[in-house]
Amino acid sequence: MRPLRFLLQKEFRQMFRDKGFTGRLFIAPLIQLLLLPMAANLTVKNVNIAVVDNDRSVTSQQMINKVLSSGYFKLTGYTDNSSKSNKLIEKDQADIVLEIPQNFERDLINNNTNKLAIEVNAINGVKASVGFAYLGSILSDFNNQIRANWVQPEIVSASPVIDVVTSFWYNPLLSYYVFMVPGILVSLITGISGLSAAFNIVKEKEIGTIEQINVTPIKKWQFILGKLIPFWVTGIVVFSLGLIVAWVIYGIVPLGNIAILYLFASVYMFAILGFGLLISTYTDTQMQANSLMFLFIMVFNMMSGLFTPYDSMPQWAQFVGHLFPVSYFIQVMRMVVIKGSDLADIFPFIWKVFLIGIVLNTWAVLNYRKTT
Amino acid sequence: MLFGLPIVQITMFGFALTNEIKNAKIVIVDNAQDLASQQIINKIESSDFFYVKKAMLNPTQIDAAFKKGDIKMVVVFPANFNTDLLHLNKASIQLIADASDPNTATTLTSYFTSIVNDYQANLNQNASMPYTIVPEVRMLYNPDLAGAPDFVPGVMAMVLLLVCVMMTSVSIVREKEMGTMEILLVSPVRPILVIISKAIPYLVLSIVNLTVILLLSVYALQLPIKGSVPLLFAESTILIITALSLGLLISTVTKTQQSAMFASMIGMMLPTMLLSGYLFPIENMPLVLRLISNIVPARWYYIIVKNIMLKGLGFTAIWRETLILIGMAAFFLTLSLRNFKIRLE
Repeated sequence: MRPLRFLLQKEFRQMFRDKGFTGRLFIAPLIQLLLLPMAANLTVKNVNIAVVDNDRSVTSQQMINKVLSSGYFKLTGYTDNSSKSNKLIEKDQADIVLEIPQNFERDLINNNTNKLAIEVNAINGVKASVGFAYLGSILSDFNNQIRANWVQPEIVSASPVIDVVTSFWYNPLLSYYVFMVPGILVSLITGISGLSAAFNIVKEKEIGTIEQINVTPIKKWQFILGKLIPFWVTGIVVFSLGLIVAWVIYGIVPLGNIAILYLFASVYMFAILGFGLLISTYTDTQMQANSLMFLFIMVFNMMSGLFTPYDSMPQWAQFVGHLFPVSYFIQVMRMVVIKGSDLADIFPFIWKVFLIGIVLNTWAVLNYRKTT
Repeated sequence: MLFGLPIVQITMFGFALTNEIKNAKIVIVDNAQDLASQQIINKIESSDFFYVKKAMLNPTQIDAAFKKGDIKMVVVFPANFNTDLLHLNKASIQLIADASDPNTATTLTSYFTSIVNDYQANLNQNASMPYTIVPEVRMLYNPDLAGAPDFVPGVMAMVLLLVCVMMTSVSIVREKEMGTMEILLVSPVRPILVIISKAIPYLVLSIVNLTVILLLSVYALQLPIKGSVPLLFAESTILIITALSLGLLISTVTKTQQSAMFASMIGMMLPTMLLSGYLFPIENMPLVLRLISNIVPARWYYIIVKNIMLKGLGFTAIWRETLILIGMAAFFLTLSLRNFKIRLE
């Protein structure tokens, strides 16, 4: 065990003497946890609406007021000229155009029914469908309201009404921070420690110090453990820092047991460090390692369900996502932090990550050569 | 890597990633088991949004299921749903959503509500309701509400910037680091020519990448280019020049490849990913970030590409954004040329 102790001593000393490294260790969590959650808000709100009012009647005014008072919409244009409203969509100043035809009120009374034209800018499909769903339900509310005003109450009450009562569990205020911050913490420790491990070994290769280690009687497993343990510790430290930032800035306190989070983080670090190690055995220069890592980090971040809903991906993409430990940890973080899931709930995830860790590390150890 | 990146990105964004919510697992607790509840359930089952399981769950079981992460929403029909609807003319459905993902929760509940509203409208039509307003909707530019149209322009901006900024800065700094820059500087070649000859290969490479992306999106993603292709290339060239000058600027202020790489990441990649509006809507951001987003070149390029590719608009619709991009390119170019040192330190 003595050689391992010396190796660890060397790694830690090297780490603390590299000012850039310790700086990144503290600054990266702050930047990522402050910037990302603020920017990454996918809630559909402030849908820009333009109204073409060809009718200008009391009813059309009431309808517009009803739509605007809902809080979902922001009026960005009000004209009686439909060619102008098309321009608004082209210029991205309106997401939805509501066009009220001429004599809307009169025809509604005379014909008992009338049409409204709604145009939606559907380039962003989600915003389009959610925005239209909001508008549709407001309009149907409005419809009921005018019926109540215009006709005898008994006829209206003869129409059945289904009331949908919604309750939002775990996050009643629908705060997006609560959702994003735990996920970002995962991508943070992945970037910080997984990558540093890869760079560290490749750097030893590039500047030639790895040969000095190769000619010593240090065993393969000692060398690899000597690299793994310091970065494992770093990862856990960054993880704790991230939890503190989440608590101080966003007021997010894990609902579940913190010990479960640390248990999972430990297993996760083991897997992700194995990945870094593997990359380092296949590359010779920092430039190569960087390019390769960049590609993987992007795929990790994009396909792990951090930003986009995981279940909506096609089967093959979900399968690919399951090969990386990142998606599991993001899911587990959200479960434990927001919903307070316990050990039994996350058990299916933890053993898979452990398995991935074993595979990656074995692969890396087998591929590491003391000869050049 | 340089050619692989656009292909990986297009496949990922085009086929795998989507913001829409499909096949969300929900559980319907049907305490009523009558005609009306059955009809609504049939409607729900036939939509793409939901994957329906029927079960009897009490609140504790619902909590447990949410904690396992198996399901996203629970729908509870009260007993006597149909009777209430027919005789009291009023019945309620309870939705319990797992709001740990607020976006999914609100989207699912609004989808569900609109399906119920449809059903209700049908009921009312049979009862021949007076004064019915019928909204007729047209989804412009993307009637299938697919995810790709939103992403492809973003991927283009991303790949172009990545290749140009990062590669230019790193390749120049590499010459500095290895000492070959000195040789170039003492040669009779004028410094401006050194810079131009560094930039041109990346310009060509970017145009090739752009072509690959466009071919992939037209033939693999079935996303036609509605506007003029030459205009698209011309606008892209402006972005490429902006990015190249930014890369040059970074190379003049950094000394090692590592720091050039870091500066490109922080200075270019992060803002492009976050603040250009293609992953996250800019209007949801706090004021500070909204202001910062104005100086991100990709933001303007994204608007231009959307207008040309998806809306099929001409130059008149995008002259303002084009002018902003040209201004940025000129600014970065002057700054980096003034910063470029021809003397050794």
